[in-house]
Amino acid sequence: MEFITMIINGLSIGGTYAMIALGYTMVYGIAKMLNFAHGDIIMVGGYTIVLFFPISPILGIIASVIFCVTVGIVVEKTAYKPLRGASPLAVLITAIGVSKLLQSAAQIFIGSESKGVTVNLGEIRMGEIKINVLTLITIACSAAVMVALTLFVKYTKTGRAMVAVSEDRGAAQLMGINVNFIIMITFIIGSALAAVAGVFLVFKIQDVGTTFGAMPGIKAFAAAVIGGIGSIPGAMVGGLVLGFIEAVCGMVPALSPYTDAIEFAILIIVLLVKPTGFLGKKRREKV
Amino acid sequence: MAKFIDSVKKRIKAMFPEKIQRKTIESDYVLETESLGISFGGLKAVQNVNLKISKNQIYGLVGPNGAGKTTVFNLLTGVYQPTEGTFYLNGEELRGLPQEETNHKGIARTFQNIRLFNNMSVVRNVMVGLHNQEEYKCSVLESVLRLPRHFKVEKEMRERAKELLDIFGLLEERNNLACNLPYGKQRKLEIARALATNPKLLLLDEPAAGMNPHETEDLMNTIRLIRDKFDMTVLLIEHDLKFVSGLCDKITVLNFGTVLAEGTAEEALNDPEVVKAYIGN
Amino acid sequence: MKKSFKSFAKHYMNYAVIAAVMLIFTILALATPMKASTSLLFQKITVAVIMAVSLSLVVGFLGELSLGHAGFMSIGAYLGGKIALVIIEGGDLEASNILVFVLALVIGAACAALCGFIVGFAALRLRGDYLAIVTLAFGEIVRVIFTNTSSESFGGALGLKSPSFSMKKTYILVIIGFVLILFTLFVIQNLLRSKAGRAITAIRDNEIAAKATGINVTKHKLMVFVISAAFAGVAGVLFSYANSPIKADTFDFNYSIEILVMVVLGGMGSINGSIISATLITILNDKLTVYLSGDNAVFKDLFYALILILIIIYNNAPALKGFREKYNLRNLVNKIIKPKHDPSAVRDDAARWDVVPTKIEMNEVLSTDLVIDKVGRGDDSADIRERGGNK
Repeated sequence: MEFITMIINGLSIGGTYAMIALGYTMVYGIAKMLNFAHGDIIMVGGYTIVLFFPISPILGIIASVIFCVTVGIVVEKTAYKPLRGASPLAVLITAIGVSKLLQSAAQIFIGSESKGVTVNLGEIRMGEIKINVLTLITIACSAAVMVALTLFVKYTKTGRAMVAVSEDRGAAQLMGINVNFIIMITFIIGSALAAVAGVFLVFKIQDVGTTFGAMPGIKAFAAAVIGGIGSIPGAMVGGLVLGFIEAVCGMVPALSPYTDAIEFAILIIVLLVKPTGFLGKKRREKV
Repeated sequence: MAKFIDSVKKRIKAMFPEKIQRKTIESDYVLETESLGISFGGLKAVQNVNLKISKNQIYGLVGPNGAGKTTVFNLLTGVYQPTEGTFYLNGEELRGLPQEETNHKGIARTFQNIRLFNNMSVVRNVMVGLHNQEEYKCSVLESVLRLPRHFKVEKEMRERAKELLDIFGLLEERNNLACNLPYGKQRKLEIARALATNPKLLLLDEPAAGMNPHETEDLMNTIRLIRDKFDMTVLLIEHDLKFVSGLCDKITVLNFGTVLAEGTAEEALNDPEVVKAYIGN
Repeated sequence: MKKSFKSFAKHYMNYAVIAAVMLIFTILALATPMKASTSLLFQKITVAVIMAVSLSLVVGFLGELSLGHAGFMSIGAYLGGKIALVIIEGGDLEASNILVFVLALVIGAACAALCGFIVGFAALRLRGDYLAIVTLAFGEIVRVIFTNTSSESFGGALGLKSPSFSMKKTYILVIIGFVLILFTLFVIQNLLRSKAGRAITAIRDNEIAAKATGINVTKHKLMVFVISAAFAGVAGVLFSYANSPIKADTFDFNYSIEILVMVVLGGMGSINGSIISATLITILNDKLTVYLSGDNAVFKDLFYALILILIIIYNNAPALKGFREKYNLRNLVNKIIKPKHDPSAVRDDAARWDVVPTKIEMNEVLSTDLVIDKVGRGDDSADIRERGGNK
């Protein structure tokens, strides 16, 4: 019984991480930058749903997606675009600056005390197992998102252009692909996924503060790296791996305070054994 | 999943390389390779290469693109480890040594795409090459505590580096950043740095690539000068057949990773097999 | 004689400046009662400078990105502080006993160095972003472990009550801090301006060429990580004496980032730049906290973030390149100090360090998603097949 509960929990946590990790991995693959502000987009999404929830939950979800996408575009255009072609480290530091900026802006507009919503969609009973409906929705939704994204990348023109840009930006540009547009699309998709993940996190944790997105952000980054950063299926695999570790640790009282440490330790071990993550491509410098 | 476990096994094995028993043989040659070969997966990139290079020879390795010339260099410098065969430097087997130790044993190289320490000055580039010489030994502790030895060694290394740069006509540029040198001088600096490691065998990977006829002529003289002045043995890869036939005492022609012909430049380049490989039927 | 003096002055200027500041501080502290806040600010600066200089060794000179530098500091702070506490309580000594402090320093530095050695091993196999996430993970692991310790061992979430000097003697800690900065500078600067330093920068510039030139990459990388971690440990012990109780959350990811920002803004590969920017950023942070109190406190982070973003964009945006080259501080300084530049007058030792910049463009760090590991022990066939049989 416990085993099944654990699997379901793992899927739901892992699905959420995977959605965030997809944002990291796509931005990394296409814009070649580590977007440390990604975690704070989750926070923006979380706050928006909290504000709009009393009016209408559905409206709240739509609003948070729209708002996150707007923030994503604005950040990309104002902070990252001027630095295109500059060094990755400069972009990384800017992303850290943006992350702090979003956190402090949220604090100014909303205040420092954390807010939350209460969602109860009831439970489904199957014999002795009780499953929260919300958990099921999370799993279904993240699975749908992943399938949709995979199909998008594989079968649409824009999706294939994304793959081309991630392989070789210069060559893609020569083939007539508008690289700036593709990067913007990437940020839009990433931010929308972060918004959805933010909504699910709010429903689960029911408590939003300004640093609400930081830890899930870092863990999703870890998930992306475990799976092989730059690889879309890799982000899913990495997210699920972390989700299951967290679910297992959650069931063992002795381990639960050390959950984060265990996750990061597994990250280090995976990287030491396979330096590019599970599904990452190895690019070797030719001598 | 099975593939992943397989690759993990390989990685773990790679972390603990097996001890290789290296032997010493009697050899009259500076470099002797014994059916040297490597395969990547199923692909045999290089196989059955037997080179015998005598002292003070300038030896050419030629062949069409993708013939495996640079792979041979990578095998000889420890970038790749051979899957078949072995090689000896002055009779000492060097198979399985990491890159830096291959260099300590006496094989230095340059690269096809120039690899300098771009953000360091020209003279410091050469001083890096002098790092491991016995006479410039100075421990980290001595340096940090600024004991007299540190100053002495630094001064001597600088003098030696300047001597080397003088030979290559780079003395004037010694305080420039390496990346600011013109192309031809970058090539020369790379050779100077390789020579600074005091090798017994110098490997030059396409030294004349991208040079105009005048620069090529200049380079030929430089290579001869290196041989005479440093008592050096040189193995070089080159596409420019005029360059090769004008300079090399002996050449080996590679195609698809196997030896096609060898001998003096004239003999080897007129070999019907070689003509076929280059021009077609 | 004059020439050698000039070169001497150039090389050791930073010691002189720091010693002068230390002297002025000491005189002021002894002559007038110093405000606690001033003393605290100086104390923060000393810790930040040691952290920035030690991180600059890894990021600016070895060219690897570390996002877990605070983790090493944490280890130094906790283990050094705990040892000092045990000795002081066991021997019934005064908290300001200098010998105990020195012992704590040595032990804190040694423990941090040991961890640096372990992280250094990861650095042998990983590069760029992958190494960055491993260092980040290391920092977080350290934080989680110290947070979950029992209250008897390391205080757990409540923090470790570390030995501290009495309020009146805080200035002594600042003076010790200055001495430690000088020591850090002595070791790291001398290391970099020697054979080993040349090897380290060679590895940064081109690892493959460094190997082919006979540089032992393993040894030098491990050395850099160990030394850098050891000095972070030193900063940690200093911190634990100045702050009681110390909490693991202080040394989180954000703190690592703050140090990294200091190094980056100071100019990669410039020790003096790191010292200056660590000082300025710490002062800026402190002043913003003072002026923006109460309701305005929230604006502090906003300003900090904005300033950071603007500086980075100004310094790095490709579109602003022409503007930067025309109007920058160096040109201004050159205009004032050196009226004309005569290339023929470049002296022999001009390449010794300061005239020829060893600064690297930022993109040399982190630009590589390549993995250069011990290739080709015949074990990499799978990976090569992934690239379509390319050799």
